[in-house]
Amino acid sequence: MSKKKTPGLNTSSTADIAFLLLCYFLMTTTMGSQTGLSRRLPPIPDSKQQVEDQKINRRNIIVVRINSADKVLAGSEMIDIAFLKDKIKEFLDNPNNDPSLPEKELKDIEGYKAVPVSKGVISLQNDRGTSYSKYIAVQNELVKAVNELRDEFSMANFGKKYARLSEEEQGWVKKAVPQNISEAEPKDVNASTR
Amino acid sequence: MSMFGGSNKKEVPGISSGSLSDIVFMLLFFFMVTTQMRETENKVQVKLPEASEVTKLERKDLSSYINIGTPIRSLQAQYGTDARIQLNDSFKTKEDIRDFVASEREAMKEGDRPLMTVCIRADQDVRMGIITDVKQELRRCSALKIMYSARKPSE
Repeated sequence: MSKKKTPGLNTSSTADIAFLLLCYFLMTTTMGSQTGLSRRLPPIPDSKQQVEDQKINRRNIIVVRINSADKVLAGSEMIDIAFLKDKIKEFLDNPNNDPSLPEKELKDIEGYKAVPVSKGVISLQNDRGTSYSKYIAVQNELVKAVNELRDEFSMANFGKKYARLSEEEQGWVKKAVPQNISEAEPKDVNASTR
Repeated sequence: MSMFGGSNKKEVPGISSGSLSDIVFMLLFFFMVTTQMRETENKVQVKLPEASEVTKLERKDLSSYINIGTPIRSLQAQYGTDARIQLNDSFKTKEDIRDFVASEREAMKEGDRPLMTVCIRADQDVRMGIITDVKQELRRCSALKIMYSARKPSE
């Protein structure tokens, strides 16, 4: 009936409202994704199971110790952290089949071929007085050694870097170059596996 | 003055601000999608150690955080400068980790429980003793997937 036009809503303040909301979310949320080094802890051993603990050959294990003065000991000698990666790589890779370095086992990887897999285990031990930053630095070197071996393996077999492989292929490489880092029981001198 | 036919008399049309709100809303949605809520207030100072081989945490909703470090300055008078463990919003001792893990686990869906990751956010200056205690306690309540928080070194 009425010919009067309804006046348009004033929308100029919606921008202000949206800005307020935006500021609220900017303040209360965090961006930056969490990064870090993933590990799997060994389960607490059963008291009866302990007896038949997997026997690991002497040659298959390398002990990396960090003492309270943040000095690193790999195998039986003190080592600078800069050389730790190469030492671990040599230990895991064992290119010349040295009898003092870990043995390899021909393992059939499902969906892929049989490849020699090193049985080497790195046992990481630390003192209560070790600083966390040193511990992480050593962990980082160990992971770096494994990652470089994986890269080399994928370069040789697939002609690509590990990061560029498909998920399935990455799974194979992971099995071919396992990351066996064991964080030892704190008081126990005997290193646990896995 | 009116050399060009008095065109100066015409008013300059105002810039339409109608789409401004759309732009801001788009920004808003971007931030809502890419960020997540800050869940706890830090009561300890944590300067994460650097590591070049870090990996991303895949499922943030499945992770719980244990902060370890010295209390922040305003709380040092009350709690001292020794490294402390912070769970959720308060200082706790290592005996409380068991309850913490149990309640975190309870809050998750049944199928997700085995995938729970405990993120250890420790300051780079703390000693390993306290972290070893935490690790042992986590093993005891079989929360075996852990992650040492670290940041990529800035080049």
